[in-house]
Formats: sequence, C-alpha cells, structure tokens
Amino acid sequence: MPFTKRARRFFRRARFLFYLAAFACLLGCSRREPPADLTIVNSSEPESLDPAIITAQSDMRIVSGLFEGLTRLEPVAARAVPGLAHHWEVSPDGTVYTFHLRTNLLWSTGEPITADDVVYSWRRELSPATASDYAGQLYYVKNAADFNTGKIRDPSRIGVQALDPLTVRVELNHPTLFFLDICAMPLASVVPRQTIGKYGDAWLNARPLPVSGAYELAAWRLNDRVRLRKNPRYWDAAHTQSRLIDFLPISTPNTALSLYMRGQADIVWDKELIPSELMDVLLKRPDFHTYPYLGTYFIRFNVTRKPFDDPRVRRALALAVDKDRIVKKITRAGEITTSHLVPPGTANYTSPEGLHYDPTLARQLLAQAGFPGGKGFPRFEYLFNSGAGGLKLHEDIAIELQQMWRRELGIEMELRQVESQVFWGTQSRLEYTVSRSSWIGDYNDANTFLGMFLSGDGNNETGWSHARYDELVHAANATTDPALREQRFQQAETILIRDEVPIFPLYVYMGVNYFDTNKIAGIWQNVLDDHPLRTIRKIKGRF
Amino acid sequence: MYFLRRTLFAIPLLLVISALAFALVHAAPGGPFDRERKPASPEIEHNLKAKYHLDEPVWKQYGRYLGGLLHGDFGPSLKYRNHSVGDIIAQGLPVSLTLGGLAFCFATGLGIPLGFFTAARRGGWTDYTGSFLAVLAVCIPSFVLAPVLILVFAIKLELFPVALWETPWHMILPPIALGSFFVGQVARILREGMLTATQAEFVTAARAKGLGETTLLFKHVFRIAVLPVVSYSGPMLADLLTGSFIIENIFQIPGIGVFLVNSSLNRDYTVVVGLSLLYAVLLIALNLVVDFTYTWLDPRVKYE
Repeated sequence: MPFTKRARRFFRRARFLFYLAAFACLLGCSRREPPADLTIVNSSEPESLDPAIITAQSDMRIVSGLFEGLTRLEPVAARAVPGLAHHWEVSPDGTVYTFHLRTNLLWSTGEPITADDVVYSWRRELSPATASDYAGQLYYVKNAADFNTGKIRDPSRIGVQALDPLTVRVELNHPTLFFLDICAMPLASVVPRQTIGKYGDAWLNARPLPVSGAYELAAWRLNDRVRLRKNPRYWDAAHTQSRLIDFLPISTPNTALSLYMRGQADIVWDKELIPSELMDVLLKRPDFHTYPYLGTYFIRFNVTRKPFDDPRVRRALALAVDKDRIVKKITRAGEITTSHLVPPGTANYTSPEGLHYDPTLARQLLAQAGFPGGKGFPRFEYLFNSGAGGLKLHEDIAIELQQMWRRELGIEMELRQVESQVFWGTQSRLEYTVSRSSWIGDYNDANTFLGMFLSGDGNNETGWSHARYDELVHAANATTDPALREQRFQQAETILIRDEVPIFPLYVYMGVNYFDTNKIAGIWQNVLDDHPLRTIRKIKGRF
Repeated sequence: MYFLRRTLFAIPLLLVISALAFALVHAAPGGPFDRERKPASPEIEHNLKAKYHLDEPVWKQYGRYLGGLLHGDFGPSLKYRNHSVGDIIAQGLPVSLTLGGLAFCFATGLGIPLGFFTAARRGGWTDYTGSFLAVLAVCIPSFVLAPVLILVFAIKLELFPVALWETPWHMILPPIALGSFFVGQVARILREGMLTATQAEFVTAARAKGLGETTLLFKHVFRIAVLPVVSYSGPMLADLLTGSFIIENIFQIPGIGVFLVNSSLNRDYTVVVGLSLLYAVLLIALNLVVDFTYTWLDPRVKYE
C-alpha cells in the first residue's frame, strides 16, 4: 500500500530536521585553532610533563623542548654541549664542576633564570617528597643519595651550590666521565621555583607556565594533543626552527600510518607505530628510517632458583639460542644480534665477545651440570609481559626460545604471560625463573648498562651478586683515564656475559621513524634516538 | 513519588558499586607505580605510596575516597599525575557525549525508518533488502567497520579525515562506525514491534471503522511498536555516551572510553572507580528517563 502525500511530506520534513540538528551539533563542537607547523605522532599520552616525574622516552621528547639544563644535547650525535651554562671548569681530579650561566637567560615569562633556580631544581629532583624515579641519576653528586633516601635532611649539604647568581658549583663523589650527559637529561633541567611553590602538584596547569627551554606549553589536552609554541625569550630562540609543534598521543599503528599517509602528520616516532603486517613493505620505502640505538633485548635468569644457580646451566641455555632466527623471523627491522650487553656505538667503549650459537657446546655443558640430553631437568617457567597495543613480540620470542631449548637441549619450558603492571613487580621480587628483559641506555656510556648488575642494584633483578664484578665496575668509574676505564669495564662485562651469564643478550634495538626527508629537515639518526625539537623544520616553498 | 523513590534508591546502589570497584581493583595484582625502571632506592617507592596513601589499609583508603567524593573530589589520577580524575572526566566526557549523541542520532535516525518501512512493506523487496541490511549492520563489528570506512572514505576517496576530532568533517565517520550496530538493532526491534502491534485487536477494529492505512500506522501502531525501542534506548544511550574504547582508539578521539579500559590495565585505582561510578550514574539516570518516556507514550503504563 502506497503512502499518502501527507505522509511523504512528513518524512521529508523529519529527515531535513534531523540532518539540520546533527549538523548544528557538529558545528557547535568544532574548535578553531591555527594549524601546527609540525605534527608529530608520539606513541602515548604523556604520564606527566614534569621533568622529575617522567620516565618514558616519548614524554622526554616533549619535556626536553620545555625545560633545559646546564647542558643540552646537540642534534647530530646527541653529545652534551653548553645549554643554560655557557662554559664550565673541571677540577684536575674530575670531581668539581664550576658552571657559568649565560648572561641572557630568561624564563618565558620574562624573569631572569639564576643559579638559585638550578640549585632549587636539583634539590627538588632529589627531595624525598618529589619521589622521582630517576633521582638515582644524580647520586654522583656529593650527599645526593643520602638526601634522597632521607639519611640527611638538610638540602644545603648536597654538593650543588650557587656561588653567585651566574655560577653553580657541583661537587661529585668521584670523577664521572658522563656527568655532562646527565646534566642534559630532563631530570636535571631547570624548573620554575615560584610556580611550583604556588601551585604544588598542579603547577603544569599554570598559565602562562614559565619554561626554560625552546618551547612554551600552549595546550595540553588529554589524549588529544600537546601543543608547543616557540619561546621567544629562550637564549637560542634565533635558531628555533618551527613556531608551533603538535604532539599527537597515538598508540594504534594503523591510525598513525593513515594520518601520515594523508599528510595529517609529518613525523612518526617509534617502531611500535608500524603495523607489523606491513613492516617488510614499509621498511623498503625511502621515508622509513632505521638506525641502531643504545637498547638491548636480553633474557634474565633468576640465579637463586635451582638449577639456574649453576653457571653451566645458564651458559648452556644461552649457547643454544639461534639469535639470527629471532631477528630475521620475528623482529624484522634489521636488528643486529649481539653476544654482549653494551650495544655497539657506545662512546669510548668496545664490548668483549660473549657466547655465540653453539648447540654442541651447550649440550656438553648441560651434561656436565648433570642433565645429559636434558634428562632430569625440571620444567621451568618463562615470564613475559603482553606488549602495548597487542604487540606480540615478546610472545613470539618466548615461543621461539621454547622450541630452540626443547630441540637443542631436550628441556621443557612453560610460558607465563602477564600484564605489564604485574610483570615489573613479579620480576623485581624474583618470583620468576627465566624472564624477558630489555634496557635502553639513559646516556651514552657503558655504565648505564653495566651499572645495573652491581650487587643489590634495584634494576639487577636476577639475584646475582659478584664481588669481582662490583670491584671492576667501581674501579672503572673511579678512574679518569679512558683507556683504563674501558679495560676495567671490558673485564667486568666478560664476567657478566661469558663466565657467569646471569643474563644473556639477544639483539640490539633498531629504531624506526618515518618522515619524508624532502619535506622535513633537522633530524639526524643517533644512538640515543634523541632529536631536539628546536632544529626540526618543514622545508618551505616546495609543497 | 515513584521517581523520587527510585532516585533515592540509587544512592545505596552507587555506594555498593563504588565499594565493589574499589575492592576489586585493589585486589588485582600489581600496582600503579610498578614499572620497568626501579627507583634508585626503596625509599622512593615508599614515599610515592605514602603520598597517595596507598600504604594505608584498603578500608581506610576507601573512607578517604568517600570523604573526597562528598566534596565532589574524585581524587588524583595515579598514572597521569598532573591530572585529577575530575579533569579526565571534564575533558573527555563532552567529547564522548558528542560522539555518543551523534551515534544515537544515526542509530535512531536510520534505524527507525528502516524498521518502519520493512514492517509496512512486509514481504516485499523493501522488506527483504531492509532486513538484510539490518542484519548486516548487527553482524559487522565496529573494529571491522571502522578501518573499512577509513580505507574507503578517508584514504581512497579522501572525503573525510582519517582520524582526530577537530572539525565537523572529523565527526562523520566515527558516529557511523559506532552507531551502525544499533541501527540494525533498532530496525529489528521496531519491525518486530510493528508486526506484533498490527495483529492487535484495536488495529482490526480501527481498520473495520475505515481508518486510512497511513494514519493507522503512524498514529496507532507506531506508538505501541516504538515502546521496546524506547526501553532499549536507555542502556544503548549509556553505552554510547560513555565512549567506546575501540572507536576512540581507531579514530584517536579524546573521549573517556580509552580511559575506561586503560585505567584498569594501568591500575589507576582512582580513575577506575571514578569512571565506574560515572557509568553507573548514567545508566541509572537513563533508565529513569526511559521509564518516564513510557508513561508518556503509553497511557496504559502507570507507576505506583
């Protein structure tokens, strides 16, 4: 039965009104903002923008644009160069640094930045009330550790002092070759004293927010974007290339890739933001860039559990792993297999060779330890975490190891996958037998890798403790002679990766980012994967 | 009177929900401050826990939390430490409400005509095509539909942006991807309702009195048939308005759906409890609205 004319007219009107209402709603909620000069896809919503709180590399990318320390990293090789400090003197024994601040330093709000601000920022980083996860990086400073752990209460006893408004004196416990690199880390950057005093934990919501770096915080909307605006009062503002930079917190690889393909994003950082099904195709494109950096994927043994208390067992398992297969089949971005923990490219250091794939020797060692052909070897568990965004990397590696060890050694391993928030605690309480691990260097020096396996270090997490190893690492750090230092570190690393093997490395991380070099300039690939925002710009006039 | 009683009853219900959410999330293994890099000393971790009172017994923490709630304070987020839970809701809820509202408009705006016509033209090709489309809409999950929509309309045809939430153009594909399931549901429920209603005695009586078919369908049948759709709308709207983890993730929309899921993975205790309460309040309120609409649409329904 056909509808009457009246009914049809009613349908038309209803439809028109409906679309009108929907359109009005759409118009009402849209925002008007000038487009950014540069849009960067940056893997996840920042946990914080407070230099004392952040721990993730993606957060540091933004924060190092906002706040600067005595030194800063140059963009090509990521070496520490003068930042807020114009120059400095080092005492002959390498334990006292005297920094001279630039005379033209201003907060973005116009007040001068002084030596007192530097001292305040470092005391705040170390204060127990701040509870900074990264405070340990300043423990090289005299009395810093005692203050941070509450053993001393008087902040003026920390070895950082303002001699006059433009001079900061830092006293260290012992010579520290990489101290200038630490000064460039966000945790040592200079933060606004008055604003923090006034607003407390909510200080980053203050507007205008005084910053010491090349960029001001223009907007920060949760899960939407962080917008940075060029700070015209930055001492080196003349060389800041882009005016407005947007950071998009995107953790879905397909979304990141789509935005990039449509030109809605200029740069995408991180390998995690490449859809893994497309990895092989995309990595062949000229705008996808790979570069090794200071990060190692490795396996931890809990040496307090039998039979992994026997170094022969640990070495046998390490020798039975065909690492080439893992990087070719699973990681696939051209990762380099490694037999040592400290990645190649680390400044002033070349690692000794560790254990390579040798299943015959592996079987012999296992037999010597009392398990010929894997007989009598107890079943054990392999702990790993589920990757962010459904990433299956850890699971794939676990399965591969399970098969290799069964095939080569005749031993059985069970897989135990847990959420990341459960994983970290389980690992540090030593409630595991064998577990996946990784470490990204904080600064360009062997100590950032070798230091964590000192007895009782919070990041050791293997139960392993070795007096000679500790002695060698301490001795290396106590000397200012680079050759002697390298030699001691090499001896220590040999114990770690060839003799005792509480851990064994699989491969060195390969970083991937994508941007078109015809459109974007000012990014150099380096081992720290650090790219200061101030030098990045869109090439104008060509598009 | 009835509605007042229902509203009052919601308060103990919300208390129970908050207590359950609080207990469950605290009972889950792991905590908000567990992370890859261990602080240099155990004191740091202890300080952090003390700062957020996580070192106290759970019942005491819950008491503190309720005290805050009385003052409208949902507490700080433990993962995003510069933001409060109030902040997260204030920034994310309007976005999720817009997305959900648009998806609701899409679902009813397309679902109701679809259901109406398939029922009115029962047995004809309109019915078959319409019913097939409705079933299809129900069967295709949003995580499949969304990438397909992006591929076709954003990447190939370049008609819409691929993601983000800025201009009206950004707000077309996400509501469609989110609402399409409900288009199918609404259409099916309405069609069913219409077919049942046309068999009612009063319809036969009206026909016998010579009432025109159009007037009959619009004025009498539809009014009865739409009731199941209305009762379905309550939970549907609550579902749509609290955001969708999948759609918000795929289109990078800054709503609260992403927080609803990620907060429990992050063990962000305060955010989990805060958002659970928000969801509960929305669900209760919308069900109340549904009941109210019922009395208005159907004079036979009365609440004592």
